[in-house]
Amino acid sequence: MPGATAIAAAVEDAVAQAAVTLRPDVLSALRRAYDSEPSARGRAVLGQLLENAEIAARDRVPLCQDTGTVWVWVELGADECAPVGLQAEIDRAVARAYSDNGLRMSVVRDALFDRGNTGDNTPAFLDVTLRRGSGATVHVMLKGGGSDNASVVAMLDPSAGADGVVEIVERTVEAKASGACPPLIVGVGVGGTFDSVAKLAKRALLLPLDERSLDPRVRAFEERLLGVVNATGVGPAGLGGVTTALGVRVISAPCHIAALPAAVNLGCCAMRSVTLEVV
Amino acid sequence: MPTKATRISLPASVGELAALAAGDRVLLSGTVFTARDATHERIVAELERTGRLPFGLAGQTLFYAGPTPRAAGRPVGSLGPTTARRMDAWTPALLAAGITATIGKGARSAAARDACIATGAVYFAAVGGSAALLATHVRSAETVAWPELGTEALVRMELEDFPAFVAIDAEGHDLYAIAPAEWKARL
Repeated sequence: MPGATAIAAAVEDAVAQAAVTLRPDVLSALRRAYDSEPSARGRAVLGQLLENAEIAARDRVPLCQDTGTVWVWVELGADECAPVGLQAEIDRAVARAYSDNGLRMSVVRDALFDRGNTGDNTPAFLDVTLRRGSGATVHVMLKGGGSDNASVVAMLDPSAGADGVVEIVERTVEAKASGACPPLIVGVGVGGTFDSVAKLAKRALLLPLDERSLDPRVRAFEERLLGVVNATGVGPAGLGGVTTALGVRVISAPCHIAALPAAVNLGCCAMRSVTLEVV
Repeated sequence: MPTKATRISLPASVGELAALAAGDRVLLSGTVFTARDATHERIVAELERTGRLPFGLAGQTLFYAGPTPRAAGRPVGSLGPTTARRMDAWTPALLAAGITATIGKGARSAAARDACIATGAVYFAAVGGSAALLATHVRSAETVAWPELGTEALVRMELEDFPAFVAIDAEGHDLYAIAPAEWKARL
């Protein structure tokens, strides 16, 4: 049975690994973009990002100085008991990982009333859900502020349909991408409720870029969105070009008869996430 | 474009910066001061209290960045630009008081662009997400003020051949507006 200590240990390993290692699917996508980007300035930017990934892995230094807030999603097997003390154990693991690996402390105590730094990058932002079976699947993302700031939730009318969602994605990218460190990974959530649609968008960022959805409707929609995003001209680093995004992934869900919730969570070019299984 | 990079020594006077045009590739060497949100608030509070920039910042360059700790034998482990737009509320006052250049990432407000035109200051864009590489261009880092702010402390750094682009030049040409529009028209 995966206890809090084992899950926290997985989080600690994941933080250390994610901070210095670019996700393999993102690295491959960057290489492909470097070969195909027609903008000379865009290619220079992509070349710099590829060199950055090499230096980070070689010297074990963070890919980005913004080592993020720690988002942890534990999918717990429904056959398991809920682990006791999970948040506290994970927070201790995050504090250790940030201190031991020379990562940046980027969390303030309160958004409005006390912007003093917590000093250990806690609390972790923890989400626990149930899935079938035993064990636990632990997803850890180090999410940069620049790209999270450039994200939106929109409660559309059902009549807005797919075009409405496309418009939200396009507008978000055009208005905000340059501060979100493109080429982006665009996570799109559709459905659920006001609060859960944002989680869908964040979870979409975990989906590998070199894998396609099994649902042909989702696959077609992702391709349409990628086309729209890469026609904005924003380009690498926002300095013009074709590669505004390396990929767009979509997760949809049931929702109220009156609703069409949509969320766009932008992921940066130094997308850092790791998924580990704990048995 | 981008052909040859222009070497720039910092601090640079507005006279020296006037020759730069939006889109130019540059290699920055010399002194910069890191300042993020909390640092800006304190610098501007000092400016309002005394009527001038503290810590000899007049004529200097602000780099919107908060590094990770020393690592791999280098003064900082990773160091890259943060979003410049968040500093725009303070930028016109700081440029008017004598800051001649800023380094960050992302598009800025019309007010910040107008402040560049009014003062002759230049905004350089560094590539976000390349902080491990950019840190190899930092020769030294020394905390000047407010260590209690952690990564947001005011830190003087010496850069060497730090790669960047001119994003807003002294005439207000804005690469973040010009370049995407050019590419959008082609696509």
